[in-house]
Amino acid sequence: MSELWRPSCSIQLLKYRAQVFKKIREFFSERQVLEVDTPALMSCTVTDPYMNALSVELFEKSYFLQTSPEYAMKRLLASGCGDIYQLSKNYRADERGNNHQPEFTMLEWYRTGWGVTKLMDEVFALVNQISGLEQRQDVTYQQCFEQFLNVNPHTLLLDEAKELAEGRLGKLPEDLVLDDYLSLLFATQIEPNLGKEAVVFVRDFPASQAALAKLNDDAITAARFECYCEGIELANGFDELTDSSLQRERFKKDNQMRKQMGKPLIELDELFLQSLNSGLPNCSGVALGVDRLIMIATGKKDIRQVVPFAF
Amino acid sequence: MASYSTNEFRNGLKIMQDGEPCVIVENEFVRPGKGQAFARAKLRYLLTGRVVERTFKSSDSVEGADVMDQDMEYLYTDGEFWHFMDPASFEQVAADARAVGDNAKWLIEQDSCMVTTWNGNPIAITPPNQVILEVVETDPGLKGDTSSGGNKPATLNTGAIVNVPLFVQIGEKIKVDTRTGDYVARAK
Repeated sequence: MSELWRPSCSIQLLKYRAQVFKKIREFFSERQVLEVDTPALMSCTVTDPYMNALSVELFEKSYFLQTSPEYAMKRLLASGCGDIYQLSKNYRADERGNNHQPEFTMLEWYRTGWGVTKLMDEVFALVNQISGLEQRQDVTYQQCFEQFLNVNPHTLLLDEAKELAEGRLGKLPEDLVLDDYLSLLFATQIEPNLGKEAVVFVRDFPASQAALAKLNDDAITAARFECYCEGIELANGFDELTDSSLQRERFKKDNQMRKQMGKPLIELDELFLQSLNSGLPNCSGVALGVDRLIMIATGKKDIRQVVPFAF
Repeated sequence: MASYSTNEFRNGLKIMQDGEPCVIVENEFVRPGKGQAFARAKLRYLLTGRVVERTFKSSDSVEGADVMDQDMEYLYTDGEFWHFMDPASFEQVAADARAVGDNAKWLIEQDSCMVTTWNGNPIAITPPNQVILEVVETDPGLKGDTSSGGNKPATLNTGAIVNVPLFVQIGEKIKVDTRTGDYVARAK
């Protein structure tokens, strides 16, 4: 008899998952952060050229399973809801591996009037409560490259980055851009070393990797941070961009890149842009992979061991 | 031949790289926080056996390799080629020394073997994990010594040389693990 119908995680782990959800809700309830549940299915999606959303036909129109609840949550923030969090399923096509599933559980929250420093403290408090990890380290993106690769990522030229990356990783695909080399180096040479029994915050990513973050005063780095434990990226946070015309520029740039890459263009989320126009309060937000947090807390090395039914 | 997107990568998939057939032995999806995602795969080149790590842009496609594993019966060698037969169709293929390699010493006529072909030509031979062979030459050793006190080399009927316990005698049949070349036990 085939046993394939059985869950991919143990019943004990299911109980642990439930406990984690409960602890997260208690954590935010104590801090007066409101739980919201925005739709998984919406009419727009992200323009990020490297992110593929799943689409669904409905009422003779295409809708998208959300890759993150960010735009909907920001529309709530712009309408004056105050601090909010959401525990939701999110969907990304083509993502499957030891740390990835096409459907995964994400915790996303926003703090109005906060910068990233305060938000990092709160992320640490939450990760500490759930995983028990007590050590914390704070480093900049630049320090990571200096420590592990002996180079300054902000002054590295394309040819130098290519030589360094191919020296470490062998022959790489043609037509990579500087950020691709930096990302590959970060993911393979730095990330696995981050956070041995500790929570590591990496901040000040290059401006070219700002995504939806404000730039820092130096204009070469962005107010963006990532959090790592046991070599796994756990969370990604921003001091959120509130300027709608800048946001529109970044969306258009994404679509230009999509065109170059021969990928379908994404219709801009005008309702999201209008909400920024009407006034998104200054805020910082972070998205944290809950399945990965459970992996770290339970010592599992494969995400499939911590979700009920894995892909 | 079909092509595969990196999303279809899985262990055991056979693909072409640098004009050579390879098998994927490990595959990991790498997505940095933002930006391009990648597939990092460990490939074994089937012609040479070397293992190389390669990086692909996520959702790029690569050409599949027409590589098949098939159980066949070993017939004989003419010194240059080793001949195998598909027991179902009676079709025969001839493998050269490059494909057979060191495994020649485990081949016994009429035994079943796995033959790996690329575009119909044999490129590798995998003998059964254990084979039974006859000792044709070895030092006499001490009579009645059945303890595990030591080893001596023994030449088998296929020409293979294996370390055996002292009590093993000429004419006896022994079981050998072809993956390690180690003596397993005496065979009845």
